[in-house]
Amino acid sequence: MQLSDLLNHTSEWLKGTGPNSEIVISSRIRLARNLAGVPFPHWANATQGAELLRLVAEAVSHSDMLKKTTFFKLEQMDSVDKQFLVERHLMSIEHAQKTEEKALLIDNDEMISIMVNEEDHLRIQLMQSGFNLFEAWNIINRIDDQLSSTLHYAYLPDFGYLTACPTNTGTGMRGSVMLHLPALVMSRQIERVLAAIAKLSFTTRGLYGEGTQASGNFFQISNQVSLGHSENEIIENINGLIRQIIEQEAQAREVLLAKSREVLEDRINRSLGTLKSARIITSQETIELLSMVRLGSDLGMIKDIDRRTINELFITTLPAHLQKLENKKLSSQERDLKRAELIRKKLTFL
Amino acid sequence: MLCDICGKNPATVHLTEIIDDQMKELHLCEECAHDKSEAMEQQFGLSDLLAGLSEFGKSSKDEALINLKCPSCQLSYADFKKLGRLGCSECYNTFRKYLTPLLRKIHGSSQHIGKSPLNIKPARSSSPKKRDPLADARLKLVQAIEKEEFEEAAKLRDQIKALEAKANKA
Repeated sequence: MQLSDLLNHTSEWLKGTGPNSEIVISSRIRLARNLAGVPFPHWANATQGAELLRLVAEAVSHSDMLKKTTFFKLEQMDSVDKQFLVERHLMSIEHAQKTEEKALLIDNDEMISIMVNEEDHLRIQLMQSGFNLFEAWNIINRIDDQLSSTLHYAYLPDFGYLTACPTNTGTGMRGSVMLHLPALVMSRQIERVLAAIAKLSFTTRGLYGEGTQASGNFFQISNQVSLGHSENEIIENINGLIRQIIEQEAQAREVLLAKSREVLEDRINRSLGTLKSARIITSQETIELLSMVRLGSDLGMIKDIDRRTINELFITTLPAHLQKLENKKLSSQERDLKRAELIRKKLTFL
Repeated sequence: MLCDICGKNPATVHLTEIIDDQMKELHLCEECAHDKSEAMEQQFGLSDLLAGLSEFGKSSKDEALINLKCPSCQLSYADFKKLGRLGCSECYNTFRKYLTPLLRKIHGSSQHIGKSPLNIKPARSSSPKKRDPLADARLKLVQAIEKEEFEEAAKLRDQIKALEAKANKA
């Protein structure tokens, strides 16, 4: 597989299907794993880093669940390609920086990705569309088992899986759910919800993980505690919380519809109008307007544009995606023009 | 100026609090400020906990700790403090004594309950599963809130506070 093949492909997490997909974009599980006897990536020298890459590549070749995957070495990759992978949520921003001895493994469906030599030796990630953490866990659990039959994981019975940072020790697991909560934002209830989430030791992040701002009404919620609970308990806990948030968002949508339908319709249709007619548009404005259009589609106010088309636009309008589509470097001004052109094409020729 | 909370002692600590976009100034006495900061601490994240490690190094006993090195990867405790990351899996054994309370602080537990690698025998196969009461109480709290059993949740919250206090002392 070539990276450019991904351009004509919809990522698993953008399919717009799966349980509660009117509010939940995607579910993700990641496992942090390290090998015993090899220093953690930040503390390893180049030889140790390279040896680790070799060991992982070999273990992957023995796993039948990882047959349809491609191994990319990041050192040889240009900056647009790296950003492209970050935009597709296949790797972290951190992984794109200082790329010596770093690699990324992805499968053809973009469901599985494994970052090698990020903060930990292995960061295995599994994505599912919609609200589907248990399904993600079932798959990633089997991949993890297969890898652990060839790799000697760093593990202690009392501390569990050992990680570079003690915040991930134990199960090494983080479950995250990406939610679209426009009604809670519009009705100004979101601060209250986020405060409650923080109190229950869960974290809220923006679209691109740690340290990123929430934009376009998207919120990524994940567990903070990884030690002292089993994987199933952690998922149960997240699920319980997410179910409540879904319910609150659904209620907020109903209240908006009942009390200010015209205002809502106006805002949604103006957003669509701007997207259909703009000649210059930034990615930030795009995300905000698309969020409203998505809400319109979810509420049945916009009937001729499906969720998948909207989801795809969220990602194809991002800087690295535009440059991959055009197959050349574009300045910020050039991107704003191309972005507007792409959106017009997608939304007017349906 | 008297303390905004107790109204008795002179206010020596001045705080600005932002709640729901409303900025509020608070003038507190030392005692009330201490209580308030404890309440605030619970809302803060893990990086603050890690930063709290720097409280070490004040006594001579701590000095020995700072110089303690992992025999396998040569990372010192001082390095760990600075980087927030350990050097290798062996560090967990080297710094076990200091990591156990830290893990408890971060996760509310220092006992793994969950899967183990295929090539390692599960450690607790012969002995009955030893549960961490604090982790259990936290789990129950989430479940109680989910079921909207607020009386039960309040009880559990107090229980957790007591357990946390006990763990901190130990």
